Amino acid sequence: MAILLDEKTKVIVQGITGREGSFHTKLMLDYGTKIVAGVTPGKGGQEVHGVPVYDTVEEAVKEHPDATASIIFVPARFAADAVYEAVDAGMKLVVVITEHIPVHEALKFINYAKQKGTTVIGPNCPGLISPGKAKLGIMPGHVFKEGPIGIISRSGTLTYEIGYALSKQGMGQSTVIGIGGDPVIGTSFTEAMELFEKDPETEALVLVGEIGGDMEERAAQMIKEGRFTKPVVAFIAGRTAPPGKRMGHAGAIIMMGTGTYQGKVKALEEAGVKVAKTPFEIPELLRQALKK
Amino acid sequence: MKLFEYEAKEILKKYGVKVPKSVLVKKGEDPIEKMKQAGLEPPVVVKSQVLVAGRGKAGGIKMAKTWDDVKRLVDELFDKPIKGIKPRLLLIEEAIPHEVELYVGMVIDRSERKPVILASKYGGMDIEEIAREKPESIIRVHVDPFIGLKGYQARLVGKKIGLTGKALSNFAKFLTALYNMFMEYDGELAESNPLALVGDEVIPLDARLIVDDNALYRHPELAKEILEESGEYTEWEIKARKKGLAFVELDGDIGIIGNGAGLTMTTMDLVYEFGGKPANFLDIGGGASAELVKTAVSFLVEFPKTKKIFMNIFGGITRCDEVAKGIVKALEELGKLEKPLVVRLAGTNEEEGREILEKHGIEAFVDPIEAVKRLMEL
Repeated sequence: MAILLDEKTKVIVQGITGREGSFHTKLMLDYGTKIVAGVTPGKGGQEVHGVPVYDTVEEAVKEHPDATASIIFVPARFAADAVYEAVDAGMKLVVVITEHIPVHEALKFINYAKQKGTTVIGPNCPGLISPGKAKLGIMPGHVFKEGPIGIISRSGTLTYEIGYALSKQGMGQSTVIGIGGDPVIGTSFTEAMELFEKDPETEALVLVGEIGGDMEERAAQMIKEGRFTKPVVAFIAGRTAPPGKRMGHAGAIIMMGTGTYQGKVKALEEAGVKVAKTPFEIPELLRQALKK
Repeated sequence: MKLFEYEAKEILKKYGVKVPKSVLVKKGEDPIEKMKQAGLEPPVVVKSQVLVAGRGKAGGIKMAKTWDDVKRLVDELFDKPIKGIKPRLLLIEEAIPHEVELYVGMVIDRSERKPVILASKYGGMDIEEIAREKPESIIRVHVDPFIGLKGYQARLVGKKIGLTGKALSNFAKFLTALYNMFMEYDGELAESNPLALVGDEVIPLDARLIVDDNALYRHPELAKEILEESGEYTEWEIKARKKGLAFVELDGDIGIIGNGAGLTMTTMDLVYEFGGKPANFLDIGGGASAELVKTAVSFLVEFPKTKKIFMNIFGGITRCDEVAKGIVKALEELGKLEKPLVVRLAGTNEEEGREILEKHGIEAFVDPIEAVKRLMEL
């Protein structure tokens, strides 16, 4: 088992004929992801790496009724439209890789998807991978190994670094989700934690947070209240980031006094979570947490 | 992108809000003549148009009771840097006598994924101060982005900050205008503080609007070159932006380059953990070309704050050999690197990358901890 994605998940790629879409379609296929269709308006009838391309998601679903997940590589100005299209075509999971989507757009499509029962991951995220089964994203597959650790992360590259460090120590992963670096995202820490709590394969969880927002504090609250019962180790990036400055990610900003490194670490430690000072302490802290 | 007070007030007017009568003055213009043309006379408030927060406390807002005051204060304020930034424009505004100052603003609540209205009867202080000193006075009301702000919600906010009668309905009208501006202009923040209560009327003495940079394509009339005076960016941050680099200046002396925002921040933190102080954040992003790497390295060599440079790359989409080629290019162009450079390469094509670097006498580590230790020895 894994969460949200496994070797049976049938996937549609929106924006498959673009540079990024086509490149990552190849890598996802090589990893074993079951990509059944691609969509680019006006490019219907073509093929990309052997995957048939349709003009609309509706047509793709008609031909491939078992498709339940979509991944979006559409440019920012058109990405919101692509999300509505995927939701309306009945997709259960929509991963939005696209960066630079206006926050007011994300706000609306995320609320819309929620009402329709669709899970959105992102925007501005690397996607997710269930190692050994499938990947629905842009992460390098080889750094992750199959195993019992779940990872939820606000970052991309840092997640690869941590996944790599864990894999090297023989600590494989059940599912790794990059939830995205934007201020408003479709799946938060706590929402992903609910799924990991129910997943029998996941024995422990790594939370990779960063400054800005209050998702880490909410995760801590959930643990404190006993709604998440598996061992958790956390790492928070941005200890040395000054307030009021955006650190690369649109969401990584300390604003109006909230979202500080200290606040997050305090909340997590009060909930009994070990917070690693560097990403390279995570494997050891996990080992200790699992022993208890 | 932050808008100036005068810009935010111009936009508010389009939403039917009554703002104080004012004139905008450039350096060298005669403020007296401009005021007379506009039918404005003392007492007035002279306000420095800068984008940094805490302008009033920093001495950027002055009351002029006489024509002489106006002349003197205009000269004074044009020459007075507010947190390092001198204004290009001053706003001269009629003084509005008032006794009550309210706070009202709105942002997007990231966790609730909804716009949230914040209001307090204790205006004049900034929201952080109110949150610290009178947290119970802050009223929060979430708005469904599809349904919009309902009249009853606007009245509810007004009622909770102590308004009644005609003042309550005037406040509700103002709040609705502010909300509509916030939504239609892709606001990250819209705020009026202080919002003055004058009899039954509410009048925004200050107005702020921050527009989401990612949405500027929808507001082409706002997109302009204001980097220099925004007060958000330092001289070197502006230089970096012009070269297309994601760079933030910090206080230390160790130059940092990473790929990906999270990893770059973590690299800063790692240096700090080992006793160093980062001079900057510089993220080359995913899939960086050798050209971009060259630009980034050369930039940090030039950046006067850095004494040494640490580059931490974990290759996913980014290829380590491409990164190495970029470093070599920088080396060739600069003749030699005047500042020591420590590189950590891991992930995609790391062997190839290390080989390229070693041929040119640049140390490349696999283990980031070893790399930082070496960096600190230099």
